Order: sequence, then structure tokens, then C-alpha cells
Amino acid sequence: MATKRTVDVALSTSGLDAQGRPTRVPLSVQEDGNTITMAPPPPAEPDLGGEHMLINIGPQHPATHGVLRLVLELDGETVVRCIPHIGYLHCGFEKIGEYRQYNQIIPWTDREDYLNSIGNNVAFVLGAERLFGIEITERCKVLRVIAMELSRIISHLVWLGTTSIDIGAFTPFLWSFQERENVYNLLEGWVGARLTTTATRVGGMAADIPDKWLDGLNNFVRTFPNTIAEVDKMLTRNAIWVGRTVGLGVMTPEEAMNYGLSGPMLRASGVAYDVRKDFPYLDYETYDFDVPVGTSGDVYDRFLVRLEELRQSVRILEQAAKRLPDGPVNIDDPRVILPPKSKATSEMESMIHHFKLVMEGPRPPVGESYVAVESPKGEKGYYMVSDGTSKPVRWRIRPPSFVNLSAIPKMVEGHLLSDVIAINASIDIVMGEIDR
Amino acid sequence: MSDSIYHAGSALGAGAPAPATPYGIPNRGGDANPSAAALREKLPGAYVRHEVVWGETTVYVRAESVADVCRWLHDDASQRYEYLSDVTAVEYRDASRPIEVVWHLRSIAFRRFLRLKAELPKGAELVVPSVWGVWRGADWLERECYDMFGIRFDGHPDLRRLLMWEDYREGYPLRKDFPLRGRFSRSEQLKQALNANPEARYSMEELTIADAYGDVPKEMQRRLSGGEKVGE
Repeated sequence: MATKRTVDVALSTSGLDAQGRPTRVPLSVQEDGNTITMAPPPPAEPDLGGEHMLINIGPQHPATHGVLRLVLELDGETVVRCIPHIGYLHCGFEKIGEYRQYNQIIPWTDREDYLNSIGNNVAFVLGAERLFGIEITERCKVLRVIAMELSRIISHLVWLGTTSIDIGAFTPFLWSFQERENVYNLLEGWVGARLTTTATRVGGMAADIPDKWLDGLNNFVRTFPNTIAEVDKMLTRNAIWVGRTVGLGVMTPEEAMNYGLSGPMLRASGVAYDVRKDFPYLDYETYDFDVPVGTSGDVYDRFLVRLEELRQSVRILEQAAKRLPDGPVNIDDPRVILPPKSKATSEMESMIHHFKLVMEGPRPPVGESYVAVESPKGEKGYYMVSDGTSKPVRWRIRPPSFVNLSAIPKMVEGHLLSDVIAINASIDIVMGEIDR
Repeated sequence: MSDSIYHAGSALGAGAPAPATPYGIPNRGGDANPSAAALREKLPGAYVRHEVVWGETTVYVRAESVADVCRWLHDDASQRYEYLSDVTAVEYRDASRPIEVVWHLRSIAFRRFLRLKAELPKGAELVVPSVWGVWRGADWLERECYDMFGIRFDGHPDLRRLLMWEDYREGYPLRKDFPLRGRFSRSEQLKQALNANPEARYSMEELTIADAYGDVPKEMQRRLSGGEKVGE
């Protein structure tokens, strides 16, 4: 019985015969002395046409901007299908809110879209104030506009920095994070915290701005356009940047609306819709600013829209700093606003109000409200339902980047694997807000 | 290229007042969104009632006709609700009240905001028609609502859990009978978390791409071998 052998690579090896000449010695010799005939070797590059591959990006990957997982079906390098997975950061904010008084929910709003924390604080209390039927003071309105525009600048700067790193440009990251530091310094001077601000209260703000704070703001407003101009010069006509962004992830206006996109994503697709203009709040209709709108709906247009929004935010900040009126920040209603600490410890009525507010909390009438604001990511809505107790029956966050991200399978289809990173970056997602 | 831009408020005409921050909103009453009256006239079988709370119009519709109502609101030239803001649900602390499914719609062309509600009585199966066919944006919003409340959206192409994992067995977290800390004990939750293999989580759909069959949980293997393509 001949033993069967398989030989993969070499069929013979060289040796020397008695005369010193090289000889070929066959390796595959059967026991009966006959050589084994081999099948021809397979072609060096097998044809993989029609075979699809499964690629898993994330949940822990620097280019997914958090714990997002994208499962991609690839044909070669082309994306056939994209299946996103979320929920890795789910904390049950909405459930917790049902067990908290309205003012106690404000710290949770910091932690969902943590790049826009002070903007979320303002958005939440706007919803709560409609539920309470409160109208805030003039000074408070302007301060809140300043807060929202500062947080828009922070969020767009982080987007700019991280997206440029994703696409391969490192310098804009350093510039934008340096400017972001300046905004955080301003916020720290105002509310004491940088990231988790908890700056608002139902009916007002936690604190008025300190003396000379407006000087710092004016200084920032004066110097910041230089940075925008530098980034503009660095990226807008940069051949690599343009080559990596133009024509990617295109959404037509009809598709963008149908998929529920909002914010810069929607406007880059050519839909001139901005909550500040079309469903105004905080007297935004009295500020003079423009809404940038793109025409092609690709990654490049989203970049241009966000860059222009930075300039427009500076314009709004300039006007707000000029018009900031004197007067109280909080409304004069002891059923909602805590009395000053000195009075709470010295006057009987104030102490009672303080006790009732802390132990029971303010009570809105039965009703519901949905207030949406233009957050840096898009339409951020807070839907609250009250049954007359001090805790909401339902507190719902309408997260803009959640809905924007849900369109990613549509946007990456047919693009290359490397473009998935650019498209994902252009959505400007924050997983804290998506998973909540 | 400016003619390719879709302008908000474009259907209102030149004489329409500019939008302004609303003030002095009454708790109840006030001007209702004209779409509520139009809906009542056009689809009397679907309309139940409407109310205005804090200036926001809510139209209650019959649960089974939600998809038709939304299709009409989306397509009709006098309504044009082309934007779906949100889909969610509300369960009240009063256990006798029905669960409400809530749709927040925007007509960008008319600058209108409308809230649709459908009441689902407790005790019966919680099911409403999906509006995925009208707005693609409803995809994840309905999946989240299913995940959190257990409301089935009839006609959704891929209704499976979104934020919680696929074989989560504690129930629906935003229901009022779900305790804040979860149904299972801490030790049971910890045990399940440690036993889970998060590296091997693929949906049924993904398993059709590549063979990762051996790595998925037993439960999914059983369902996969039964020919299921999507989750629950």
C-alpha cells in the first residue's frame, strides 16, 4: 500500500552528484519508485468576484466618535450594506427623569449631548417653562442666547477638529481645540463648570454673569474670526480636503426631509430650515443673522455650512453683548425660584418657600409641551408631560444626532470603506445623546 | 443653483407674518392648527377629537388609521407635513388611562407644528400601523418606541430592539410597571452581563453576510435555524 503524501511548494531539491554537478532529486517518490503526478497549482490571486466580506468597525474605534458599531458588507472596498448598532451607552435618562423634579433633571441634560451642555440646559428649561406658563426676564433671554451660541461654537469646533483628524489634517484640530479652551474659560468664569454646566433653573439662571465677563466675551468675539479665517484658508481650497469630501454621502432635499435630518445636515442638502428662524424662541427673530444653505448635500457642503454657522454665531454674540439689558435674571415668583440664601436663613416666609421648593419642588399644571431648539446637531426637542405633580410623567428627548445617524446606511451605500469614516464624521454624532 | 433650495414657509405666500417667539400662551384653548379642522373634514372616520394645550394642537386619531392620516397629511398640497420630528409614547401613572402613542409632525412649507396621538387601551395588544412608508425617519424612532414600551409598529420592516440588546429579557424599560432598577436582582443582572459575549453580537441580517453562526447565543442560533431573518 503506497503511502499518500502531499507536497505543496517544491517538487524537488538540488543536490550534487559525484562529479560535483547539481542534480535534481525528486521528493515525491512513491514506495514503488514512481513519482507522483501533481495537479497544477492554483492561480496566485483567486477570483473573489461576488464574494462579500463582513467588516466590523467599533464599538471601540477612534473614528466612530464614541461607542458606535458599524457592521459593513463589502464588495472589494465598496460598501454594499451598512448596519449600525447603538445602545452601548444607554443610561435610561428618560426613565430617571420620571423620578426627578424638573430642576433635578437639568444635570442630566448636561450629560446627553456633552458638547452642547449649556445649550441643553437652556433647551430643557424652555420646555419646562412653557409647561409652567412662565415668562422669563429680558436679561435672562439675552444671557441664554449667549449661552446657546457659545455652546454652538464649542460643538462645531470639536466637530471641525475631530473630522479633520479623521480625514487626515492635524493642524485644524489644534487650532479649534485652542479656541474651544477659550470658550470653556468663559463658561468657567460664568457658571463655575466647564463641561457639565447645569447653568439654568426653571425661571432663570443659576448665576448672573460676573463683573467684566462681557469684556472676555467681546475679546473672544474679536479674535475668534481670525481662527475661522485660518481654518477656511487651510481647508476650503485644499486639494486633499476637497478630494476626500466632495460628492460623499449625498442626500437630496426630499430625502433629507424624509429621513428626518436636521441642523447642518438638512441645510447642506438645500433645505433652508432653521428652528431659530422658523419656530423662534428667546426672541431669535430680533437678531440679524443668516442661515447658510448648501446645494449638493455632500460632506463638503456640511463642512461649509458649519464653518459659516461659526461666523453667524459670532454675529449673534456681538449683538447679544451689545443689547444685554440690566435687571434681574430670575423671575420674581417664590413658587418657582429659590429665595436668596441670606433671606432663607433670616425670614420665615423665605424659609418656608425654600423648604417647599427643595422638598416638594415646583408643580406645573396638567399639560404637555414640546419645545424644540436649534442645537448644533439639529432640532433638539424636549417633550414633557405633567399630571400636576412635581415630577414629569414623561420626559422625552428628541435627539437630533440619533435621527441623523439613522440615515447612515443610505448615505454610505456604494462608497468606499475609507469614505465611511468621512461620512460618519460629517454627521456630527455624540453617542451620549444617541443612546441617552 | 438657488432655485434648488427648499425654503421654509414657501407655501405661505409673501403676505404671511414673519414667525415670532410666542408669548402669553394660555394653558388651554387658543387658535388651533388649521390642519386639525381639515383632518376632521377629510377623514371623519379617523378623527376622534382635538385640543390645544399651551398653544400646541393635539389631534387624537384612531390607532388603526394612523398610517392613512399620516399619508394624507404628508401628501396633501394644503398640508405638506414633510418632516417627522418624533415618535414616542406616554404611559400615565394612573393605570386605568390608555397608553398614548405620540407623533410630532412639522410642515416646513407652512411652518406648522402638529401633534398626533393614538390611544391604546391597556390589556389589549399594543399595536399601531407604522409610518415608515411615509417618512423613512420613522425607522429608528419606532424601533426605540418598541424597545422602550413594547408597542408594535405594524408594517415596520425591521422591528427589533435598538438601545437594549436583542435578548434582553427584563421587559420594556419605560413602562410604569418597570422598576427604576430593573426587574432582575443586581446579582442576576451582573451574572447575565458577565455571561454575555458582546464581541459576538450580530443581527440575523448580518449573519446572512458572513458565517458567524458558531459565535452567537444559543437563542439566536435556534431562531436562525428556524429561518428567521430579523429579530422579534
